[in-house]
Amino acid sequence: MAASEAILEVRDIHTFIGQFHILEGVNVNLPRGSIGVLLGRNGAGKTTTLRTIMGITPPRSGEIRFEGQRLNGMRSFGVARLGIGYVPEHRAIFKGLTVRENLHIAERRSGDFARKADLIFDLFPDLKRLVHLPGGNLSGGQQQMLAIARALVPDNRLLLIDEPSEGLAPVIIEQLMHAIRRLSEQTTVLLVEQNFRMASQLADRYTIIDEGRSAVAGDMRDLVKDQALIQRYLGVA
Amino acid sequence: MRPNILVSVALLVAVVVFGYFLSPDLGSFGITLMSGLFQGMLLFLVASGLSIIFGLMDVLNFAQGAYFMVGAYVSYSVHHSPDVMAAIPDPNIRFFLSVISAVAVGAVLGGLLERFLLRPLYARPIFQIVLTFGVAIVMTEAVEFIWSTTPYSWTVLFSLRDQSFQLFGQSFGVYRLVVIGIGFALIILIGLLLQRTRIGIIIRAGVEDREMVEALGINVRMVFTLVFTIGCAVASFGGAIAAPFLGASAGLANLFLLSAIAVVVLGGMGSYAGTAMGSLLLGLALAVMQVFAGKPQIGLPVLASMTPMMLMILVLLVRPGGLFGKGR
Ligand SMILES: Nc1ncnc2c1ncn2[C@@H]1O[C@H](COP(=O)(O)OP(=O)(O)O)[C@@H](O)[C@H]1O
Ligand SMILES: [Mg+2]
Repeated sequence: MAASEAILEVRDIHTFIGQFHILEGVNVNLPRGSIGVLLGRNGAGKTTTLRTIMGITPPRSGEIRFEGQRLNGMRSFGVARLGIGYVPEHRAIFKGLTVRENLHIAERRSGDFARKADLIFDLFPDLKRLVHLPGGNLSGGQQQMLAIARALVPDNRLLLIDEPSEGLAPVIIEQLMHAIRRLSEQTTVLLVEQNFRMASQLADRYTIIDEGRSAVAGDMRDLVKDQALIQRYLGVA
Repeated sequence: MRPNILVSVALLVAVVVFGYFLSPDLGSFGITLMSGLFQGMLLFLVASGLSIIFGLMDVLNFAQGAYFMVGAYVSYSVHHSPDVMAAIPDPNIRFFLSVISAVAVGAVLGGLLERFLLRPLYARPIFQIVLTFGVAIVMTEAVEFIWSTTPYSWTVLFSLRDQSFQLFGQSFGVYRLVVIGIGFALIILIGLLLQRTRIGIIIRAGVEDREMVEALGINVRMVFTLVFTIGCAVASFGGAIAAPFLGASAGLANLFLLSAIAVVVLGGMGSYAGTAMGSLLLGLALAVMQVFAGKPQIGLPVLASMTPMMLMILVLLVRPGGLFGKGR
């Protein structure tokens, strides 16, 4: 039981933005301790899936459970407080806040940051000497590290990370992969990633989202071997 | 120097120098400066709330001036009420109590407005603007109903309000200096609150990206209520400390509102430093233009009332994002 217990279950969610029907039946099942990845073309609905789990764009129907608890109808601050960290796409750090303030604001109990500082600076040593700089002065890679670090400040048991490699140089992507692999030893991770190489090296499980629906899901090792499937949904070789 | 500081200082110097050349002697120059700082500080007390509320919540609170007016009425009537006079004969203590009452009333009315009227409308920003506009009208009507349509002027003095000192052959009111001092103290205090405290960090982060703040586990609506309450309390405080000079009248609701909106724009939307600097600058510009417009050779009083818009346009021509705004 313990090994296969799902920390996150998303069942047949439908999400509307305004009058647009964006998600038309998405299912995601994520075992505790694993790294899952959402794959799919641009505009498929990956970001919307994460935002729906977070309660930012709530689902109209279907069900989301985190550690067995229903998230439907909760506002995003409530979802976050259950122990879910969100790292949105385009690294939404606070540019006018210093690195330290960016980390401090994520505290849910006072002292969170002090407790996690060693872990965070061990994963992202660059951040240590930047703590007094405004977030907006950081390079793209440093901002991405800060966005992930921010999600590590409180005790989150699930991290949702949206396209961490977007627009970053290969060496930085290597660093990020290393960091994500290490932090996944302590938390479950649900990743959105267009970079198939990165996704295939990191993830245990995948779910392909296509035109607002989850089309295929399974073990990452099987997907890597299935060129036809990759071609059909991702258009990469 | 960074361009925002450079432009601000240049404008301040230009306004002060212009004021200097308009003045026949140092004494009247001093009077103009003091009047400018006084107006600037009162303006700041309206504009600071307007600016932070707009930055954080995207609500342009047209009722901000009405809170200033309510503050003046509450302070006036507590200070002049025969019952309170009998209970607290010392006018200094009574004035202190009047100001506290005004702040409390402003805070409660502000909190209620956010919690019960604005909150259901966050999905509809246009409705919120219309709503705050309506609330301003309702508050003005209510004030005229509760008190009267005739303006009150402050009659019962207290020691600070009564004192003056002589400089360069002119007499300066001590109370004006006190208000200016309180204004500067509040600029620093609110600035420290925004820079140093957790709630301040949350407010600054919320101005940038509300959604992300909420996704970190922070109940942003509670922060909204708090900020709105404090913003309205500060405006009421402004009305309360201005009442010994300006009295209490319905016109106070609009006295600083337009100027405060101009300050929010010219300071740079959502920038606290810009709001403080903009208030100071516009206050001084108003005082100087009041002198200039009143000169017999000029005789165009309308120039003074056009000052907020003229200064705003001037600043936006030089810096399209406002003094401390993101340059565009
Ligand atoms: N605010 C919005 N208004 C209208 N359509 C949107 C909005 N946000 C996303 N969409 C649409 O929803 C679809 C899925 O978007 P998204 O979840 O961002 O895709 P992905 O992350 O997979 O690239 C796209 O077709 C996009 O155009
Ligand atoms: Mg996306």
